[in-house]
Amino acid sequence: MGIKVEHVSKDFEDFKALDDISLEVPDGSLTALLGPSGSGKSTLLRLIAGLEHADGGKVYLDGRDVTEMSVQERGIGFVFQHYAAFKHMTVRDNIAFGLAIRKTPKDKIRSRVKELIRLVQLNGMAHRYPSQLSGGQRQRMALARALAAEPKLLLLDEPFGALDAKVRKELREWLRKLHDEVHVTTIFVTHDQEEAMDVAEQIVVMNEGRIEQVGEPKELYEHPKTEFVMSFVGEVNRFGDALIRPHDLDLALFKSDGAEEAMIERVSHLGFEVRVELSMANGDHAWAQVTRAQAEELELEEGQIIFARPSRAKVFENGDGPPTAPTDELQVA
Amino acid sequence: MSVPRWSKYGIRFGVLFYLAALLVFPVLMIFVRTFEDGLTESFEAVTSEAGLAALKLTLITVAIAVPLNTVFGVTAALVLVRQKFRGKAILNTLIDIPFAISPVVIGLALILLYGPREGIVGEWFFDQGIRIIFSTPGIVIACMFVSLPFVVREVVPVLQEIGDEQEQAASTLGANWWQTFWRVTLPAIRWGVTYGVVLSTARVLGEFGAVSVVSGRISGQTETLPLFVRKQFEIFNDGGGYAASMVLAVIALLTLVFMNLINTRKEV
Repeated sequence: MGIKVEHVSKDFEDFKALDDISLEVPDGSLTALLGPSGSGKSTLLRLIAGLEHADGGKVYLDGRDVTEMSVQERGIGFVFQHYAAFKHMTVRDNIAFGLAIRKTPKDKIRSRVKELIRLVQLNGMAHRYPSQLSGGQRQRMALARALAAEPKLLLLDEPFGALDAKVRKELREWLRKLHDEVHVTTIFVTHDQEEAMDVAEQIVVMNEGRIEQVGEPKELYEHPKTEFVMSFVGEVNRFGDALIRPHDLDLALFKSDGAEEAMIERVSHLGFEVRVELSMANGDHAWAQVTRAQAEELELEEGQIIFARPSRAKVFENGDGPPTAPTDELQVA
Repeated sequence: MSVPRWSKYGIRFGVLFYLAALLVFPVLMIFVRTFEDGLTESFEAVTSEAGLAALKLTLITVAIAVPLNTVFGVTAALVLVRQKFRGKAILNTLIDIPFAISPVVIGLALILLYGPREGIVGEWFFDQGIRIIFSTPGIVIACMFVSLPFVVREVVPVLQEIGDEQEQAASTLGANWWQTFWRVTLPAIRWGVTYGVVLSTARVLGEFGAVSVVSGRISGQTETLPLFVRKQFEIFNDGGGYAASMVLAVIALLTLVFMNLINTRKEV
């Protein structure tokens, strides 16, 4: 189901949650709404679902104006951060809920629930209650419940936010596979840029109730349109007006053109990656991301003097107005 | 909490003694006295015409007042927890009024409104040939008044605790308000409702003050069981009083057991 949002605004008392948002999501895509808390991403998702109503603007699903339509009529599937499991029902009854509401014949419900239980890998748990499941299992049950009535649109609000890191990674991968299998238009909200980059085909970066940029993960990372996007999608160092990714900061033992002197404050070995915290000659702090091999080659250690040279930097025009395109892409050869 | 052993036992003994002295022994005495002189004499009073009429009236009152207050209580709790509006604090306070006012005063207030001569509403009904005060409707109204807060007060904290995410989930799955209430909200608050019903029933069964004012205490007609118990003592038929008291206690106990039974779906 293709989605179109046109000039949508939403206030909560005196807080502007959404400020004139327009967005299109193509049919069958997997999209992430990415932003810090309070950026309006959840509000936008709930508005598309029909759980919130816009103060102004229009929402279209499949070209149909659904702005005034209730959540029940929109035929969506919604997954909540804290699962919203029906605690007094078994896994089976939870999943069957949407079908039972639609007065689906019993044998049809039975076969559909069976199919979904297999899909979300909860085999043998049909008769358990939510309290007898782990967080990851509960969320998979919630997903099956949302998918049961075959919605044309699946909306997930921070679906993995309440889970621990390992389970989160597993579910992430699993959601992507599921999308390949089921092909339902999917939008999920997250504040985790890595999660968005890993799972989504298209990312919508939001900040303070506005959309900063829409694009594929690679495009956002390599061609951010605003300073906010650059610093939110990935890590940055700031040298004056220039923003530099930590892996674009080359370290060398000898001075070369464009290199600045720095003292190593700390070296953290994170496996393949090594973080080198630097104190620059002008007093600025920065950090460089190097590989384990590079760190070994340079024999990096605390207190050492080294030369840091940005291989790639970006300067954005500052100002409070609307986001502007970068004015200069500095390439130091 | 680390408490020295002697004080741990001391506290425990204190609580048990308090309960025994104030609660267990007095109630136990009723049972002892009822059976002391044999059953025949005691149950003659209860099975007398006036005794049966009192039992019937009490059961009718419970059957009307408790369901009505349950429906009202759940509705009011939903309004208080799920809706935002001006004057909510006032509504919240109003609901507690029956706890704050003496039942006798409640009885008087009802006479002032529903009395055939004293009250506007009562006068109108009287002209239609319906008596409220000194009749069953007055007794039911008095019992509803005194037991009104129980269901609300039991359900409100449960509603707050469960939040509204499950209800939102139900609506995204296509359930309308009514379906969401029956399939999601009510099962989730059922223990709160249960305790509210048990407490309301106990209060309605035992209400003396307000009922005694509005009923007129006409033996065989407007006498509820508590009034009947009192009457038995007044006419020096102590055995009858004990027996009627025991009937009251048994009904209350049955309610408790029954409400627990209908809730014995698997606990979560």
